[in-house]
Amino acid sequence: MNGMKDRLQAILKALKPSLNKVWAVFRKELAVYFSSPVAYIVAAVFLLFSGYFFSVVLSYTREASLRLLFQNVAIIMLLVAPMLTMRLFAEEKKMGTFELLVTAPLRISELVAGKFLGAIILFLAIMGITLEYALVLAIFGEPDWGPMLAGYFGFTLMGTAFLAIGMFASSLTDNQIVAVVTSFAILLFMWIIGWASDLIPSVPIAMFIRSISIIDRFESFSKGIIDTGDLFYYLSVIGAFIFLTIRSLDWRRW
Amino acid sequence: MISVENLSRHFGSTIALNDVSLGVEKGEIVGLLGPNGAGKTTMMRIITGYLAPTSGTVRVAGFDVRRDSLDARRRIGYLPETVPVYSELTVREYLAFTGALHDLTPSMVSSRIELCMEKTGISAVSHRLIGHLSKGYRQRVGLAQALLHDPELLILDEPTVGLDPTQVVEIRELIRELSRSHTVILSSHILPEVSHICSRVIIIDQGRIVGAGTQEELERSLKGAENIMIQLKGAGPDALDALRSIPGVKGVRAESGVGSFLVESSLGCDIREELFNLAMARRWPILEMRVVSLGLEEVFRRLTRQEETAS
Repeated sequence: MNGMKDRLQAILKALKPSLNKVWAVFRKELAVYFSSPVAYIVAAVFLLFSGYFFSVVLSYTREASLRLLFQNVAIIMLLVAPMLTMRLFAEEKKMGTFELLVTAPLRISELVAGKFLGAIILFLAIMGITLEYALVLAIFGEPDWGPMLAGYFGFTLMGTAFLAIGMFASSLTDNQIVAVVTSFAILLFMWIIGWASDLIPSVPIAMFIRSISIIDRFESFSKGIIDTGDLFYYLSVIGAFIFLTIRSLDWRRW
Repeated sequence: MISVENLSRHFGSTIALNDVSLGVEKGEIVGLLGPNGAGKTTMMRIITGYLAPTSGTVRVAGFDVRRDSLDARRRIGYLPETVPVYSELTVREYLAFTGALHDLTPSMVSSRIELCMEKTGISAVSHRLIGHLSKGYRQRVGLAQALLHDPELLILDEPTVGLDPTQVVEIRELIRELSRSHTVILSSHILPEVSHICSRVIIIDQGRIVGAGTQEELERSLKGAENIMIQLKGAGPDALDALRSIPGVKGVRAESGVGSFLVESSLGCDIREELFNLAMARRWPILEMRVVSLGLEEVFRRLTRQEETAS
């Protein structure tokens, strides 16, 4: 027991310099995010549309649920995620600061971790403001909290997967516009690929195509179902694109 | 401190560095000199680990920059040609960030920041956003960044480019001062800069080292040549051939003045007596005769020009 504790402490001690660097990158990332107008504009647009969807959906359905709101806001995320992630690496490369980061004793994985965390926190901060909708429903109605929590959880998970894809696109280029267009294209493709499954005669291929569609997964969350398959799917997408980001940044040196 | 062995780097079909070997000792201040596109930046980027070499090895303080990359990078302070600053951060925030990347503890960071800001003369602007600073100040911030972790080796890529003359003098002074406690390697395409600051000069052209040594060594060793400027009264075009026929003369060029010639001879071969005898024989009174030593400027021009004609 004691031996395990010691080992754990040793691991933590060895990790500490690494975590300090991730933390430094993370803090710098947020400082830069919040001092540029992009974050505020993106947040404003996101909240404007989600507020519009919220009131329209609510007055139509008169239902104390965020299910339809989530499904509509998911479309906005298709644009918002690329805009939140476009500058992550593209700007560093354009400004020459990438050279500073890569020549410092900082691992690419530490750099990517810090930056990804920064993007997630920014996304969560914007998402946090939408909690007011839940508050409004709680005050004026009796919402079913299960689906709502599952919906928030699923939306965060899906949003994080979008951010991972956006970060990968940003690692490919030094041009932020190219990064936005690339990540939007990847997201849209993963979104609509499910539609093709009905046209494909081969059942296994159709099943496979359905299974990689990024939006079908989200619908079950918004209904209040947390399926391990869906969970695993989003975590795999996040993991895969983090891996690809690290590879693409490392590969640049060759 | 640095040992570069048989280093080559290709970008597609262009060869940026071609089998370059060099060594830099601890405490030296070495200038990489060469025209634009010669391969200076590529060399520095490979030493700092930003680029991988196509072939060859680079060691910094004994650490292979590929295999023990982190250990090598910890010992290097690097100022790239485009100063890597974030315009959204204040000077202090920026330095605190770069300090954290170099494993400095928070207490160490703040004392090092004060010291480096003082050294580079930016203490007064520590709370200003870098985006609002002039080019000269940004360069200083970049230098402070490179110094922050007290590296054994400083690599400065074109540290004075784009600065006004006063700033250039100030930055040079600063670099000279830094060289007392750090090994420095800097690049430049401006000769006086390198010859003023550096103890040793390495001339690079088209990815190859075409000359290396102290300023005096380079001036002396260039093809072992010495130049004599001579002005002969009444000498016509036939004087060119007459001068060339003197043993030991490697080349003769007519200069702008009437009857003026620049005679290039092999090193250690004093042709002044022969010149006098020739002038006597042809009855060309000597109006002027003086030895012209090759400045570093001329060495540089010749070394790089020679490569052009050879290829």
